[in-house]
Amino acid sequence: MPSSGESAAPGRESLDSMRTRATDLPIRFDEVCVSRAGVTILDRVTLQIEAGPPTVIVGPNGSGKTTFLRATMGLIAPTQGRITWGGADESPPVHRAFVFQRPTMLRRTAAANVRYALRTSGLPAARCDARIEELLGLVGLGGLGGLGGRPARRLSGGEQQRLALARALARDPAILFLDEPTASLDPAATKAIEDVIRTVSSSGIKIVMSTHDLGEARRIAGEIVLLHRGRIVERAAAAEFLSSPKSSEARSFIAGELLV
Amino acid sequence: MVLSGDAALFAIVRLSLVVSLSAVALSALIGVPLGAFVALVRFRGREAVIVLLNTLMGLPPVVVGLAVYLLLSRSGPLGSLGILFTPAAMIIAQTALVTPIIAALARQTIEDLWGEYCDELTAMGIGPFGRVATLIWDARFSLVVALLAGFGRAAAEVGAIIIVGGNINGFTRTMTTAIVLETSKGDLRLAMGLGAVLLAIVVAVNALVWRVRRAGERIAG
Amino acid sequence: MKRRGLLAPVRHLLILAAVAALLATDAMAQGKSIVVASTTSTQDSGLFGYLLPIFKRKTGIDVKVVAQGTGQALDTARRGDADVVLVHARAAEEKFLADGFGVRRYPVMYNDFVLVGPQRDPASVTGADILTALKRIAGEGSPFVSRGDRSGTHMAEVSLWKEAGIDIAAAAGPWYREIGQGMGAALNMASASDAYVLSDRGTWLAFRNRGDLAILVEGDKRLFNQYGVMLVNPARHPNVKADLGQRFIEWLISPEGQAAIAAYKIDGQQLFFPDANDPNA
Repeated sequence: MPSSGESAAPGRESLDSMRTRATDLPIRFDEVCVSRAGVTILDRVTLQIEAGPPTVIVGPNGSGKTTFLRATMGLIAPTQGRITWGGADESPPVHRAFVFQRPTMLRRTAAANVRYALRTSGLPAARCDARIEELLGLVGLGGLGGLGGRPARRLSGGEQQRLALARALARDPAILFLDEPTASLDPAATKAIEDVIRTVSSSGIKIVMSTHDLGEARRIAGEIVLLHRGRIVERAAAAEFLSSPKSSEARSFIAGELLV
Repeated sequence: MVLSGDAALFAIVRLSLVVSLSAVALSALIGVPLGAFVALVRFRGREAVIVLLNTLMGLPPVVVGLAVYLLLSRSGPLGSLGILFTPAAMIIAQTALVTPIIAALARQTIEDLWGEYCDELTAMGIGPFGRVATLIWDARFSLVVALLAGFGRAAAEVGAIIIVGGNINGFTRTMTTAIVLETSKGDLRLAMGLGAVLLAIVVAVNALVWRVRRAGERIAG
Repeated sequence: MKRRGLLAPVRHLLILAAVAALLATDAMAQGKSIVVASTTSTQDSGLFGYLLPIFKRKTGIDVKVVAQGTGQALDTARRGDADVVLVHARAAEEKFLADGFGVRRYPVMYNDFVLVGPQRDPASVTGADILTALKRIAGEGSPFVSRGDRSGTHMAEVSLWKEAGIDIAAAAGPWYREIGQGMGAALNMASASDAYVLSDRGTWLAFRNRGDLAILVEGDKRLFNQYGVMLVNPARHPNVKADLGQRFIEWLISPEGQAAIAAYKIDGQQLFFPDANDPNA
């Protein structure tokens, strides 16, 4: 089954019905600070994430990208300030899914990993097999007969990342978070993941991801947010950010000179 | 191996297995949830409980036997149950011995696995029961190994069951207590015969442990 | 989720164990039974193994014998954990009665003690009377194993030392080994270390690990060993099965029971001599 650029939507429902479902968008950050052990990781972050093309967070190591994504997902509570999802102060992660930088495979087969995500998000058992086949095909892991039957922990790094993606999509999310999904992958695997991300985005799922790779931001982003030392330095549409950055940090980052 | 009645030997082996297996079953019912609780819930004094569980793994069987004996004696608090010198008392004593082993090992296993699974399960919004069920299922091979370790301990001990069971002929005599008796009667050949049977069981248990571990690796990676 | 085949046998074992445990307790509940606290000498000599099936055939009562030293057996009875107590230490039995824990003492049988030791006999006790023998052993400092466990045998040994004029607590040195265990264990140790030991004849005859040991002193009237049986007082411990216990006692002292005791032999030798009708016992 072709894995990109075709009409089969990864969501279980039509685009329209997905949009009319209550979602967590927009996600609002209001003067959010996150500190741990006296160290400030996020510093007075204020922004709003809307539906639409992918939002890509960039910044040097230690700038707080991972913490920002986790907070947006709802995994970390702010030390100060407020985060709301669609106006609500708390929102269980029913319509959100997260792909971690180093995803943990459950000690089961690849297919069973996806099945777990499907079952825990409420899909009836009878429909699981077909859906697993679909999702594994989408990420290029070949369905129940192929790599699906292998213990997930025996897959390669790139295959595990793709499986994590399939698992996240199994939850039928409205928003998909990805934390540096291609950081440890070779170029071929990187391209495979990016293709899937683009397909997913074009089906209406909001993508929020971080990357340290400017090229990847260029390929995927609708808008780019630059984080530096826990603060949002600049935020703009992708083309604008890359061609005419406004802040000195942004210029420095694009030139590859903003290291920490 | 010369035996004055295979029926007698069969009864002894059967009782040994019944007592130790029952004790392991009970210990699992208590110890696995207890271990899971200590692994996953942050409560005050948690570290002390972990140290205590690990220490209790090394409880001397005779001490447990004495404590249970005093509990179950007619003059003791639970005397009205009237179960001293019965297999039930032996099961209780061995359960007391084995539960800390299973609880401590389960705690370690589940805590380690939770360390791995924490992010993913939290991101999927899995509630407490779902977490426990998922962890126990995914850790099942290590948990089975813990159960087998508990069984090995129970099958090999004699100090607790000889005190609370009384080594009554045909009623509370197990392989280990029979070995003690035959040795004290100077019938060393019979004692060694029983010892050989006991060893065979211990070897079988260890072989099973090996196979379970291998199966775990093969299935779950 | 599919069950993995390997777990099925473990599950089955657990179910089997639970069922078996239920069956075990169920069997326990059926049938009449009593608990008799007795001594290791009656167990190790095989007497109970011989007597109890006869009693069961006749009355259907299961006698469960918990074999401990005399001291421990009386303790068990004091605590109410036994219905009947059968031991061989008259002074301790009388005290048991005086303290109100027993109903009445019935003499049952006697056997005798023998002094066993290495055949080369370093202390030259062969053929002597027991008191002389003990004096010679203490004098030579020849290895001697004592049960040291408040059993009837141990109490008899201690009183023999006293009768021989030896304060054993003071005279004890490395040659006097108190092991705190039963007769079989004491014989094992004596056999392994070529030591003297005082044993009841029954356990000695049934003992299979003799090594170089042999009987060196016997027949002395002072080595006479009387057994008494008592019902634990139901007034003190209401749980005592007084009816069944009394039936056991009555069988032991009946002509049939006494004949059975006399009939028990090892290698053609009678071990226990019934004397329920002896007014001096």
